[in-house]
Amino acid sequence: MASFTRGFGSRRREAEPDLPPGQYLTTDFPVLSAGPTPRIPLSEWSFSIRTETGETARWSWDEFTALPSEEVSTDIHCVTRWSKLGTSWRGVALDTLFDDVETSFDYVMAHSYGGYTTNVPLDDLLGGRAWIAYEFDGEPLDPEHGGPARLLVPHLYFWKSAKWVRGLVMQQHDDPGFWEQNGYHLRGDPWLEERYW
Amino acid sequence: MRTTGWLPARIAAVRPTTSHARVLTLDVPGWPGNDPGQHLDVRLTAEDGYQAERSYSIASSGPGERVELAVDTVPDGEVSPYLVEVAEVDDMLEVKGPLGAYFVWHESDTDPVQLIAGGSGIVPLLAMARAHDRAGSAAPFRLLYSVRTPDDALYRDEILDLAGRSVDLTWAYTRAAPEGWPEPVGRLTPDRVAAATWPPARHPLTFICGPTRFVEAAADAMVAAGHDPARVRTERFGG
Repeated sequence: MASFTRGFGSRRREAEPDLPPGQYLTTDFPVLSAGPTPRIPLSEWSFSIRTETGETARWSWDEFTALPSEEVSTDIHCVTRWSKLGTSWRGVALDTLFDDVETSFDYVMAHSYGGYTTNVPLDDLLGGRAWIAYEFDGEPLDPEHGGPARLLVPHLYFWKSAKWVRGLVMQQHDDPGFWEQNGYHLRGDPWLEERYW
Repeated sequence: MRTTGWLPARIAAVRPTTSHARVLTLDVPGWPGNDPGQHLDVRLTAEDGYQAERSYSIASSGPGERVELAVDTVPDGEVSPYLVEVAEVDDMLEVKGPLGAYFVWHESDTDPVQLIAGGSGIVPLLAMARAHDRAGSAAPFRLLYSVRTPDDALYRDEILDLAGRSVDLTWAYTRAAPEGWPEPVGRLTPDRVAAATWPPARHPLTFICGPTRFVEAAADAMVAAGHDPARVRTERFGG
């Protein structure tokens, strides 16, 4: 049982049913990354999915943005406790990208320009729950927020939504990525408060 | 070091460090100690059970059950105004941690270290500078600390003290400088960052902490100056 904090509570906010436990609402868009922001020219950008056989599906920027895309309106939740409701994105569903990918592996490691990695179960990327997003609020995604393109997995804490994503590698086991090796939970469900080890 | 659950913490001391920031010393029975640069979560519970949680950098490091935080007021914030304006000695809150294994300096590392702080971003970097000083580390340490005015510097006296002993210090002022200050007042430019930090040839490990815009600019300046992005670690807070 938590002990009361004397004098706290006078500024309490309204209860918000869309907020997972321990989160607070923000209206700006905080930026959290472990290092400098990479800047990737679209002519050099590509996105790939590599399976256990070494087979690699790869898209250039033009090929990628020619794929069917979807508008996504969703809430996002950062492990540092801010949540932002009703954000608007455009991107390609992972279902679309995995249409032609044959794999028996259940886990994915997302790799980013700049070296960032994060692990995600394949199940969390399929079924209309994840996208490679390249627009935010109708504009090209800003480099600070992961542009040209980032993974968007809104039902998990936002560190799973790898910025500057450049590819996915299928893996047999749920090996930890960057933050997962540095103290954060292997899966990261905000509603279960899967924040840390 | 594994994270445990919430630990009760008693406020053992409070002191102002600027007109809008306060240093809080907590007694946390069961605290496992922490590395310089780590953070923790604070949870406040109102009498009706309402709770609010936030993350704060830790200014202290090493073993022991005393933990030092420095909290700057976030205008219109919920937790920081309480901690800066209301909390008193013997008040109780809860903490969880230590957290984060990346934005951390290890005493055994002898590589040059470049610290770049904006405002209250000094807190985890001060933990590193303190640990470095306490250990008598051979690693060359350099600090670039950007504040709006001299009065906005958290831990100003202690930083001046460290600068006299173990840290090469450069101040940067964005709004108002002391009288006769030779440098221009204003946001840091890439040239000023380059002039006030280790050159890429020294291969420093760089830690940058502060508001997003500041961290973005400082990290970009370090990369533009030729530093390996993989040696530039950042911690950004809100906005």
